[in-house]
This record gives sequence, structure tokens and C-alpha cells, in this order.
Amino acid sequence: MNTVYMDNNATTRVAPEVVEVMLPYYSELYGNPSSMHTFGGQVGRAVEEARGKIASLLGAQPDELIFTSCGTESDSTAILSALQSFPEKRHIVTTRVEHPAVKNLCESLDKLTGHKHRITQLPVNSDGTLDLALYEESLGDETAIVSAMWANNETGVIFPIKEMAQIAKSRGILFHTDAVQAVGKIPIDLSQVPIDFLSLSGHKLHAPKGIGVLYVRKGTPFVPFIIGGHQEHGRRGGTENVASIVGLGKACELAAFQMHAENTKVKALRDKLEDGLLATIPSSLLNGHKTMRLPNTTNISFEFVEGEAILLHLDRFGICASSGSACTSGSLEPSHVMRAMGVPFTAAHGSIRLSLSVYNTEDEVDFVLEKLPPIIAQLREMSPFWKSEHKGKVGSSQCKCSCS
Amino acid sequence: MNPRNVGEIKDADGVGEVGSLACGDALKLFLKVDKSDDRIAEAKFQTFGCASAIASSSALTEIIKGLTLNEAAKVTNQDIADYLGGLPKEKMHCSVMGREALEAAIANYRGLPLPMAEGEVVCECFGVTDLEIKRAIEENKLQTVEEITNFTKAGGGCGKCLDRLEEILRESRREPRQIIPDQRPGRMTTIQKIKRIEEVLEREVRPALRKDGGDIELIDVDGDFVIVSLRGACGTCKKSQTTLKEYVEKKLREQVLDTLIVEEGK
Repeated sequence: MNTVYMDNNATTRVAPEVVEVMLPYYSELYGNPSSMHTFGGQVGRAVEEARGKIASLLGAQPDELIFTSCGTESDSTAILSALQSFPEKRHIVTTRVEHPAVKNLCESLDKLTGHKHRITQLPVNSDGTLDLALYEESLGDETAIVSAMWANNETGVIFPIKEMAQIAKSRGILFHTDAVQAVGKIPIDLSQVPIDFLSLSGHKLHAPKGIGVLYVRKGTPFVPFIIGGHQEHGRRGGTENVASIVGLGKACELAAFQMHAENTKVKALRDKLEDGLLATIPSSLLNGHKTMRLPNTTNISFEFVEGEAILLHLDRFGICASSGSACTSGSLEPSHVMRAMGVPFTAAHGSIRLSLSVYNTEDEVDFVLEKLPPIIAQLREMSPFWKSEHKGKVGSSQCKCSCS
Repeated sequence: MNPRNVGEIKDADGVGEVGSLACGDALKLFLKVDKSDDRIAEAKFQTFGCASAIASSSALTEIIKGLTLNEAAKVTNQDIADYLGGLPKEKMHCSVMGREALEAAIANYRGLPLPMAEGEVVCECFGVTDLEIKRAIEENKLQTVEEITNFTKAGGGCGKCLDRLEEILRESRREPRQIIPDQRPGRMTTIQKIKRIEEVLEREVRPALRKDGGDIELIDVDGDFVIVSLRGACGTCKKSQTTLKEYVEKKLREQVLDTLIVEEGK
């Protein structure tokens, strides 16, 4: 059975070109980039070359980049650095739809730092977009840092990061963006956007897992998170993950090269898939703004069915997708993103995310368009709510779901 | 995934409905009863939910077909899970939902009220009563709040009822063994906490600070946060933050609770 991989916001295939440039660093080129000898030095040069390629994709200076182990480490480093730089400021502005890397960190800061912090989690509109006026109102003299994602992982909705960063800058507040989903998919030019910190993750753009980058603008106060050796000019201890760094450099070079295809070819495939599903499946709704969105992502709710059951049926055909439903303990409610957008419960439990990449083909899109509609029909056939008059609450149920 | 007995029975003798769309899973069970010997002649279901919920519903109908109502009433959620060769623990609530739908359908057939609905609703998100929780604890020998959530969903939403679940768990586990309620140090009430903090401040902290012409006042206690105000010489001392963390917080952690965090109030 062929795998039809449409879960690229979860992780991506490592590009064959990336694997190829990495291999020597797992065999003959095993030197430590910090070593004095020529053997290690050549590896150090490869790291710097990769740094240059990544900087050029972002419109940044090479020495503004710090290699980390993942996007989550970059997020933690940025936010904790800002709090340590301004210990008297105890307010953070973020959004209700952030990735857990930022959301859960912000919610644990009190325990972590031993100080009380005030966290403002900005609400979003029903299409997942942000209200700039509300954002501006939320900022105060106490605000240490703003952390807002560039693009949402579940819906692909893009926030107006440039405007938000300008507003923060004008108020003297540090600005961090989790750009893990945006880098490589939409053009980013940090020479034009006054961001202080930006996080990216290799495995979301066809580099391997286990490599991330934190961009720190020159002049931004910085306190390291991982303390150790003098690597990264003392900003992040630990011997460099050389092969992955070289791979990420190549992946960024490819991303720059394929940016046009991402926004034309991939977008066309996504639109065909999305339009086809919405047209053939009744009671299906698009989650997220139609245009202010990543070109590769679509998130659709199929009312009266449960997402995980859909995923299992898709899996039988080798189709990989993901869902905003949560049928496991601890998080039995649909995703925090769906809830923040106010997606009705009838639809939130049946949301499916399909995220494409340059490796998807039109045949694959046609395959999903052929297989998915009968799955929804079959599940609805066994759903007690489908065709029933009293949608929503049934019988003796006492379910109140008072929590929003 | 080929569930058996999907659908509805138009002229069903007993119908049981549990869950709702908002809860993320729901099951409607239809029974046809052979009146001559009270046997379940036919059982069908409609389910909204994940694969485990669908499989549990299918297993339930397979188990109860041919049983008398009295026999069927003895089927437990564990029987459903066993029929499926086990369920992951975070999916056990699917089997509990099956059992509850069965109870509801039998009660509906007999014209009786729902036994479990009588209790007090503990988890408002998923409408779970204390009776359901206590039974799940007893029958499945649950040991932790997390297990309660796995089996009943209670506490899996907003989490407001987690303290109450802990209480129910302790009550249920104490009953059969008749253990005298113990005062665990970690479960101090706020009043007790304030009292003990005030004692330590008075006994040890204030005398030390007064030597340097300073003083300290307790403003508030909020969970683990102890809000204090430094007075006198301490109020203007540059080292006051160090005093708070290195001295006051350390003393309070040693003598009251090791999770306390001392903060200066404005």
C-alpha cells in the first residue's frame, strides 16, 4: 500500500538532497567544529556555511542565529531570556491558539521562575484571525514580551506579525514569534520586520528532527537557556549537531528555491482538495480564514462524526492526516484552537487537518477525494445525530459542557 | 473496522441513550425483548465517537444478544473491554459508556428511573455523577484520579472537579478498610497554612529582621504563593529580594510547606 502523506504540519519527509549532504558528517567528517586542528576546522566551516544559508532564507545576519535542538527549545529560550532580562516586568502577551511549546510554558512560568506573572492570552475571531486593536490594548509598561505564532499549526491562519512587531517595538516591548509553521512556506524577511526573537524547527521544512534555530536580533538583550561551553558564542552550550545543521542549511536553500512552487503548485493542490471535499460532503465547514492562510494547510469539520474515527478509516487506505478531536483522557475536549475559534461542538470533534508539501501529487489529491466522502457517509450512517431532529443534546444526557 | 449490529430498531422495546455531541461521544442502544422469557432477541446501536467507542458498542450488542435481562444487567465495562481483547487505559471510558447505555435501555424497558442519574453531578463538563465515579472506582479498583478520568471521563474537561475526585477517591478507598482520616502535610487548608506561616514569621523571621531595623508583614496566601511586605529598613534595602528568597522563603519551605513561593506585594 502506498502512503499518501498529508500531515506535513506534523513533520515532513527529509528531502533526499538533504540526506545526501548530511551523510559525510556521519562518517568521515566527524570532527568537532570547535577543534583547533584542520580536521575539525573544516566541519566548523560547514556549520558556518549552513548558518549563512538559513540566514539568507530569513533575511537575517548569520550571527543572529543560534542553533538549538528543536522549536520548543527555541521558544523556551526566547521567553525565559526576556523575563530574565527584565525581571521587574511580569506580564506576557500571547494568544489562545499558540502551540503547547508556548502555551504550556507561559502557563507554568510561575512555578518555573518563582514569581507571579500575568499572562494575557488574546482571543481570536471565528476565522482564527487576531484583533489588532485588542492586541494593542493588552500591552502595558509591565509587559516583558509578546509571543505570537506566525502561522497556526492546526488551521494555517497567518497572524499580522509585521504590524504586531512594529506595535511592540514602538512601545519598547520585546517580540517573539513561533514561526515553525511559516518558515519555508511563506516569504519571511527579518530585515523588514522588527522581530526580536524567531523560532524555527528543521523537521517542518524537510530537514531532520532534532534541529532548531532561534533568531535573536542584534542588540536584543539575551540570557542563555542551556549553559555550558562557548559554542554559539556562549549563547547555547553543547556540541553542535553538525549533520543536522548542514541538513537544515540545505533544506533552507531548497525552500528558498521552491517557495514559488509552494505558493502555486502546492496551493493549487490544496485548493482542489479543499474545494472538492467541501462540495461533495454535505455539512462540512472550513475552519480558518480562507485567504490569510498557509498555502499547504486545510482544516475541515465534518459535522456529526468524530475525527479520530475518520483518521482510522483514512489510515486503512494509507492516508495520513490529523484531527482536532481528542478522545483520550486528560484532554477529552476538542483542541484549544477549535475552542478558541468558537467552532461549535457539533463540528469541532469532527475536524480533520490535511497539510500538503511539494512531494504531494494530483493523483494523491484525487485519491483522497475518492476515499474520504464514503468514509464520512458511513460514519454518519452509524451516528445517532445524523438525520435526527434534535441535534446536539440527546435523551437523558446530563452533559452541560460549561467550560468554554 | 467492521462493527456489527449497526443501526436502529424501529419498534424497539427499550432504548438507552448516553453521552452527547458536545461530550465527544454518544451511544444510542436499541433492544428488542422476547417477552416470553425476558431474553434480548435483538440489539442494535448508533454511535458517535472514536473507533474504540464504536468497537465497544459493537461488542456490547454481541455480548448481550440472547441473554435474559437479569443476566445482561450483570455485564460490566470490563466484560466489554475483555471481549475486545482489552482497551488502552485512556479509552476505557468507551466501555463504561457501553455499560451505561445498557443500563439505560433496561431501565427504559422496565419503566424505571436511571440508577446512576440519581447521584450528584461531580463533573459538569461530561455530566458524571458521584455514583458513577464510585462504582467505577470499586469495580475497576481505581487508584488514581487519572484512572478515574480514563474510565469515566470525569475531570477530563475544565479540570475544576479534580479536587472533588481526589476526595471521592480517598473516601471510597477508606471505607472498606476503616482507616482513621490522616492529616497529610500536603493538604493543609489555607487557614492552617496562614497560621503556621505567621508562627514561623513571628518566631524566627521577625526577630532576625528587627536586629537590622526591618520588619515583615504577611499580606496574603494564594495557593503556594505567600505575599509579604517588607517594612522599615528592609523596605529600602537593595538586598531585600535576596532576603526574601534566600532567607524567608527557605525558612517557610523548611517549616511549613516545601512548595511555598514568597513574593513581595506592592
